[in-house]
Amino acid sequence: MDRVSLSVGSGGKLMRDFVKEVIVETLGNPYLEQFGDSAHVNLSGDLCFTTDSFVVRPIFFPGGDIGKLAVSGTINDLVVAGARPLFLSLSLIIEEGFFVHDLKNILSSVRATSSSADVLVVTGDTKVVPKGDADQLYINTAGIGQKLVEPGNIREGDVLIVTDCVGDHSVAIMVARGEFDFWGDVQSDCRPLHSLLPLWDMGVKWMRDITRGGLATVLCELAEEKHIPVEVWERDVPFSPAVNALAEILGIDSFYLASEGSAVLVAPQDKTDEIIAFLHGIPEGRHASVIGRIGGKGKPGEVVLETASGGLRYLEPLTGELLPRIC
Amino acid sequence: MEFSLLRQKKSVELLLQKVDSLLESIGREVRIMEVCGTHTMTAYRSGLGHVLRKKGVRLISGPGCPVCITPEGVLLAAAKVVEEMENTILVSFGDMLRVPVDGKSLLTLVPAQNSSVKVIYAPEEALKTAELNPDRRVVFLATGFETTIPSIAWVVLEAQRKNMKNLFFITSLRLVPPPLRAILCSGDVNLDGFIYPGHVSVIIGSRPYEFIPEEFGVPGAVAGFEPVDLLLGVISVLQQICAGEAKVDIVYTRAVQPEGNPAARKIMDTAFECADAEWRGFGVIPRSGLVLRNKVLDASREFGLELSSRKAHEACRCGDVVKGSIEPEECPLFARTCAPESPQGPCMVSVEGSCLIHYKYGSVRWTGSA
Repeated sequence: MDRVSLSVGSGGKLMRDFVKEVIVETLGNPYLEQFGDSAHVNLSGDLCFTTDSFVVRPIFFPGGDIGKLAVSGTINDLVVAGARPLFLSLSLIIEEGFFVHDLKNILSSVRATSSSADVLVVTGDTKVVPKGDADQLYINTAGIGQKLVEPGNIREGDVLIVTDCVGDHSVAIMVARGEFDFWGDVQSDCRPLHSLLPLWDMGVKWMRDITRGGLATVLCELAEEKHIPVEVWERDVPFSPAVNALAEILGIDSFYLASEGSAVLVAPQDKTDEIIAFLHGIPEGRHASVIGRIGGKGKPGEVVLETASGGLRYLEPLTGELLPRIC
Repeated sequence: MEFSLLRQKKSVELLLQKVDSLLESIGREVRIMEVCGTHTMTAYRSGLGHVLRKKGVRLISGPGCPVCITPEGVLLAAAKVVEEMENTILVSFGDMLRVPVDGKSLLTLVPAQNSSVKVIYAPEEALKTAELNPDRRVVFLATGFETTIPSIAWVVLEAQRKNMKNLFFITSLRLVPPPLRAILCSGDVNLDGFIYPGHVSVIIGSRPYEFIPEEFGVPGAVAGFEPVDLLLGVISVLQQICAGEAKVDIVYTRAVQPEGNPAARKIMDTAFECADAEWRGFGVIPRSGLVLRNKVLDASREFGLELSSRKAHEACRCGDVVKGSIEPEECPLFARTCAPESPQGPCMVSVEGSCLIHYKYGSVRWTGSA
């Protein structure tokens, strides 16, 4: 079989064979091989539970694919909540006619990404919809993680740190869509961030991955939720040359571009050196930088940006859709 | 060229010191119109607009946003194409398609049978769309100033050369210098100087602005779009005021020559001819627009579309904003019923629109406090 047919989704023998030969075979782990209706896992203590759906277009892009993205996205939601990711579910909604070898490639990256983070896909589901009812492949993942710490209270004077360059995922997707006559070797930064977990033992008080809405939107949410003033220094925010160039050409504000492998965190000022040194020692934190602080010129709930030129302006949350279907 | 130098705090601070000393000898507030929306963007995105205002230089946004000055009649004609003409694809630039007309926009209209609306990023995509859809009509809602007109002209000439039968144009092409004369003649806005647009001047050069110092005695400078460029423009205007002279200075010498780009102007002149044209906020300005020489390509003629406007939205004051006679905050709709999510006029839609820029970069909250 080279293409997924509607009959695969019908629930009969064909479906069972397909799930066994294509999905379980590729993902391969003892939980899935049991073919139960539910996975039985043994857990205790404080747990975090999250879910996310992925509808990115194109499904293969430089630096990743929808499978890697779906696993990374859910792992990262657990990591930034202070939880060690353990188990994932994986639901596939496949458009009739989708190539089986493409599906296998995507499932291989699901397996590679989850095992790199010591996470198991323990349950899943497959549906096939008629051609035209979905765009190739949609994935839903849910994840369970063990809560590690209860973070401390955010105070004035705490520092803001980003763990790596910001905005690469959005730019990689824009270029991959081919809507603009640009090309370049910009890669999505899509990756699991489980290597950031030790940060929770270094006094980190809050963490968020910089996905849709970009850094500006995430920081506005921080200021609003905690009712604190936030100050950001534009010259210290790490943007890659490709992000800077594309933002410049298209007139896009790079503060709204999404990452899938970078986070922003709040930490006590006296832990700055330790945290930065740790981050600079792991591949996921090569460009980590202190980008601002809690406090400064704004009122509680506001994010004030000191621009590279030394002027001041507010950062506002993203209004409207900058780019549809990037994750 | 190391562009980051043009944004650096250190360079900006040095120039701001120069601004301080010039302002000290002038001894009053100076009002400068930045004609182009991209300059407004630079001023507000870098925060320099507020810094300058505190020092005593008030930047007033001029009529340099193509989306903002496109008259309502043109949009209504395009809406008619979408709603009533079958087998037709209307193509235009993104912001143009989102401007509200009668509470809707070209993107939210229900198209006629087998018709659609398509966002394009570059004019040549209009040509490609027509070539890929030989059995449908393609109508290009072509708007813009001298910056974009040469590439639109190229599309017109290509359509002619290839003898294409399915590509038509609704044009709303406008020239930058004529509204500046209109502003100076009306006396509505008090101005001490101009920052002339950088990109437009790459094409037209600095000579078309010469009438401004000569007839009106108003200083000005052609500037680029980085914070340092903008400050160099402001400093040039302040220096001219101090010296009691008025000229058209070029502080964007890395891109602009006094004679502009003759090749680009030639292609414009081959495709288009000069005509009186309507501007939102101004009404008709003599010889301020370009129209197709080849009338066969003209959608308004071919399909009997009326391009002149009725009365615009009564409360929306975009017209006054583009003339520089009020600031966005003075419009009764600004940040009340009119916001980026629910724009009531074009200045809240376009990325170069003063209202959107003021809204996004928080001028409302800074005014008076910073």
